[in-house]
Amino acid sequence: MAMLSHTDLRKGVKIEIDDQPYIIVGSDFVKPGKGQAFTRVRIRNYLNGNTIDRTIKSNEKTVKADIEERTCQYLYADGEFFHFMDGTTYDQFQFTEESLGDTVKWLVENESYSILFWKGRAISAEAPNKIDIEITQCDPGVRGDTAQGASKPATLATGAIVNVPLFVEEGEWIRVDTRTGDYLERVKK
Amino acid sequence: MTDWRPTASLDVLRARAHALRVVRAFFQERGSLEVQTPAIVPSPGVDAWLDAPAVELNGHPRFLATSPEYAMKRLLAAGSGSIHQIGPAFRAGERGDWHEPAFTMVEWYELDADDTACMDTTEALVRAVARALSDGLLHALTCAVSTAEPFDRMTYREAFASVTGMDPVDADVRRLGRLLRVAGVRTPRDASAAEIEDLVLGAVVQRQLGVERPVFVTDWPTDRAALARIRPGRDADGAPSAARFELYAGGVELCNGYHELSDPDEQAARIDAENALRVASGKPPYPVDAAFLAALRHGLPDCAGNALGFDRLLMLTQGVSDIGAVVSFRVE
Repeated sequence: MAMLSHTDLRKGVKIEIDDQPYIIVGSDFVKPGKGQAFTRVRIRNYLNGNTIDRTIKSNEKTVKADIEERTCQYLYADGEFFHFMDGTTYDQFQFTEESLGDTVKWLVENESYSILFWKGRAISAEAPNKIDIEITQCDPGVRGDTAQGASKPATLATGAIVNVPLFVEEGEWIRVDTRTGDYLERVKK
Repeated sequence: MTDWRPTASLDVLRARAHALRVVRAFFQERGSLEVQTPAIVPSPGVDAWLDAPAVELNGHPRFLATSPEYAMKRLLAAGSGSIHQIGPAFRAGERGDWHEPAFTMVEWYELDADDTACMDTTEALVRAVARALSDGLLHALTCAVSTAEPFDRMTYREAFASVTGMDPVDADVRRLGRLLRVAGVRTPRDASAAEIEDLVLGAVVQRQLGVERPVFVTDWPTDRAALARIRPGRDADGAPSAARFELYAGGVELCNGYHELSDPDEQAARIDAENALRVASGKPPYPVDAAFLAALRHGLPDCAGNALGFDRLLMLTQGVSDIGAVVSFRVE
C-alpha cells in the first residue's frame, strides 16, 4: 500500500480514506507561526460524487488510492446501465447514470473513454476532450440573419443541448468540446 | 512536453529585482552591514516544528539552514555591529500556495534595539517596498491593505480574542472545536488541545489579521518564545510573555522578530526542550550548535532581530496568491 506524506496532498492526487476512493480538488497548507503544520484538503468521492473537507496532520500518512486508467469503448445503454468494453481484454462492465456524472451527456457508441478502475472496479468515465455527435433536433436557421455570433440551441443524439451557429442544420454532425460544452465546427460523416 | 519555463512572468521577476534593490538601499542607509553566511550548516535551528532538509557533505551529515540565525549571531558576538542578509532559507515538509521548501528570507539584527524598535524598522521597510512596487498597497485575497497609516499593534491574546472572543490562556477546547466547525474547518479525529489551538490560530485567527491595515502581533506565549527573551507582557495582567512579534497583512504572516535572548544557559535549555519535543513527536533531535552557544558565552550584544519572508511580501505587492508566481522556479 503506497503511503503519501502531507506534502504530497495536492490537487489531482487520488487518495483513499475510510476505504473510499477520493480525488483532491483543493488543498490548503496551514502552518501557524510556531506550531505544527496541517494540510486541509477538499476531496471528491469517486463513488457517490460527494465533496468533503479533511484536515490532515503533518505527521500523518495518507493511503494513495490504487487507481488504474484504461481506455475503453462505450457499447450501449439498456435503460438502467451503461455498458463499456475494454478493447484489449474484451472485459465488459457497466456504470449507472449517477456514477457517470456529466459524462452521460457525451456517450457515443463505439467512442473511446478514459475509465478509472479502483480495486478492479470501474469508478469514473471521462469523455475525450473533443467528440463528434449528430444533431437530432434543431430549428431551421433564418436565412439572411448573418448577425455575428448569432446562435440557436441544438439537441444532440446524446441528449446534450449545445448552442450552434444559425447555418447548422438538423441531421448534421458537429464537433463539441466536452469540457466546456461548446460547439467547435461542423464535420462530414 | 517538459515544462521548462519559469513559473513567474518576466515582469514579476523585474519587480522582484527592484524590490531587492529597495531592501538593500534601506539597510545601507541605516548603516547596516550586508553579510552572507553558509546555506549548509552542521546544526539547523532547533525547533520542534521546523524541519531542515538533511544533506550529506563529504561523508558528514549536514543540513540546509532553516534560517541564518545562529551564524548571524556569531557575527554579532564577533563585533560586526548591525547586520542584514538576503538569502535562502529551507524548510522540509512545507509546501503550499504561501509556502515553498526553499524561499528567500530578509534577516537582520539591530544593535541596542528591542522588539518595539525592531517593529518600527519593519514597518518602515514594508512601507518602502510597497511604495516602490505597488503604490503603497498590499493586495491580499479579499482586500487591499494600505501601508500609509501607522500599522496596528496588538498582543497575541488580544489578536486571538479579537477573532474568537476567547482568551487563549483559558479557552475551552470544546468551544474552540465548535469555532472550527462554524469556520468550515474539519478537526482531525484525534487532535489534542494543543493541536486544536494551532489549527484555530493557523486556519482561522491568522487569516483575519491585518485586513484594514497591517498588524503586529506582540507578546507571544512563553512556550512559543523560540529565540526571544521573556519579560513582563503588555497584557493587563502583566503575565510573562515572549518579546516576539509577527506582522500580518491581509491574513498573511510576513515576519517573525525577537528582542534576542542572549543568556547562553537559557538558550541551551531551550534547545534541549525543543529537541525533547522533537523526540516526543517522533522526529530526530538535531545536533546542538556548539559554536553558536560559545558565541553567546563570549557575549551577544543587546539586539533585536527579524526574519521577513521576501517572497510573501512580493506576492502581496503583485496581488498573487501562488508563490510560484514570484519565484523563477519552484523547487518541486
